[in-house]
Amino acid sequence: MSIRKITDSLCLFFVGLVLVSPAVLFFLWMISLSLKFEVDNAAYPPVFIPERFAWKNYTGVFESNRFGLYFINSLIVTGTATGLALLIGVPAGYGIARMRATKAAVVVLIARMTPGLSYLIPLFLLFQWLGLMGTLVPQIIAHLVITVPIVIWIMIGYFETTPLELEEAAVIDGANRWEVFRHIALPIAKPGITVAFILAVIFSWNNFVFGVVLAGRETRTLPVAVYNMLSFEQLSWGPLAAAALIVTLPVLILTIIAQRQIVAGLTAGAVKGG
Amino acid sequence: MSTIAEPQLTSVTEAAPATGARPPSTYWPFVVPAVAVVGSVIVFPWAFTVWMSLHEWTVGGARRFAGLSNYLRLATDERFLTSVWQTLIYTVLAVVLPLIFGTLAALIFNSKVPLRGILRGIFVMPMMATPVAIALVWTMMFHPQLGVLNYLLSLVGIGPQAWVFSPSTVIPSLVLVETWQWTPLVMLIVLGGLAAIPTEPYESAAIDGATVFQRFRYITLPMIAPFLMVAVIIRTIDALKSFDIIYAITQGGPGTASETINLYLYSVAFAYYDVGYGSAIAVVFFGLVIALSLLMLHLRQRTKWTDIQGGA
Repeated sequence: MSIRKITDSLCLFFVGLVLVSPAVLFFLWMISLSLKFEVDNAAYPPVFIPERFAWKNYTGVFESNRFGLYFINSLIVTGTATGLALLIGVPAGYGIARMRATKAAVVVLIARMTPGLSYLIPLFLLFQWLGLMGTLVPQIIAHLVITVPIVIWIMIGYFETTPLELEEAAVIDGANRWEVFRHIALPIAKPGITVAFILAVIFSWNNFVFGVVLAGRETRTLPVAVYNMLSFEQLSWGPLAAAALIVTLPVLILTIIAQRQIVAGLTAGAVKGG
Repeated sequence: MSTIAEPQLTSVTEAAPATGARPPSTYWPFVVPAVAVVGSVIVFPWAFTVWMSLHEWTVGGARRFAGLSNYLRLATDERFLTSVWQTLIYTVLAVVLPLIFGTLAALIFNSKVPLRGILRGIFVMPMMATPVAIALVWTMMFHPQLGVLNYLLSLVGIGPQAWVFSPSTVIPSLVLVETWQWTPLVMLIVLGGLAAIPTEPYESAAIDGATVFQRFRYITLPMIAPFLMVAVIIRTIDALKSFDIIYAITQGGPGTASETINLYLYSVAFAYYDVGYGSAIAVVFFGLVIALSLLMLHLRQRTKWTDIQGGA
């Protein structure tokens, strides 16, 4: 009986390994590309584990003076857009949930359905007219289009499930709405805020299309910068793969650390919907 | 940029649990800043886009009211009509394939796989990774001479493919990347559905001697149907809007063989700076996304009605 159980488990584990193999093999190949000299990257049949590692692919990326600039640009854009979204979206999620104004949520739903590019034509003209095109401001504002809906959605769902009794007791004790929110609702909602924060950071960090349109030479974020490398370094795969890995590494690390929160954030509503 | 709000897609139709009665209007101050921001970065651009679409307008050029002429031009624009067709093909493939693989993966992750948490974490990684970074590596893998994909095919005796470099295979190749990236999202949604299924139906089915396939067909499938619809809706919206992967790998090429509406919109508005015509494309595109979403929300209500009513 127990031997049967063990073989069953092993079979399932093997099936599980097959399932994750497209992801694992892809990322291993990405690492392999990023650690090879051009000779090895241009070899056929392909070399999987090279004899010599080309660490210079990585040091090259870090040493180029522009990388630091683009990294800081990404940090500023993602950080500000996420911070502002939390500042605006958490109270809004609270208000919408407490007013049970589910209709208001439709506006945010439509925002999600809208192709990002279609916001960009008017915003592009507006920023040009305001003379903001050389700065990071246009990208920060455009990223709000992504981060604010994420935060509002997740917070509505979260505040709908938090109990009202504590808040009602505080009102009886003479607290006003703001104090109830600040001292009762907000501390309870911390896990929800964490989920909203993580998802907003990831999707803002990954965003490419706003940067393509709104960023100039000095204001590129990392995804745009790494794409631009492609046009200049068509043939040097090693440095390109190293740069691509560096750009996506923060997000992958965050995914591994906060796996449970991310899964909860992405599925909570869908589960509720059934 | 995708995936953001999917879970809550459903909460719109659901009323919050009934709680103590209190005057709801006192919560308005909490919402005002968000209304201001959503108004200025989402609603205003929308109204402005519709207005621009009624003008002949290029960046740096003169602006002239043109009525519906931009829309009439779309109706006869071969390149636009081709892009609509290509968008639909791309979308159908990029919905169906992740749906099949994602459902299979969810069924497996729902069983007692050893190290399930870790494996699920790895499985989810493609959808969180930066799309442009992923696209660069896929571009290298698609390389006809040096790419690893043709090497792998040669190992199983299949000749080299042109992948994204041939008009006939470019869309399926891009869908391969899209499927690789977004199957995890379908898996997560379906897994949520599977977790909610009670065990009694399976117990009675076991007593009645139902086969594995029968159990899937008559118990599992109807029970997860509403979740599959959620996955279809989210995937459809995201596939229609897909930009990063296509732009980074092919820029709509070779020629215009992989140019979807979104890519064409980009060229018109930001390469040719014809913002009037670009706005008309944006309006039509948005109409298409909304129409398909509403159609599927409608279908979803129906699946919910017929299947869940009896089941739950």
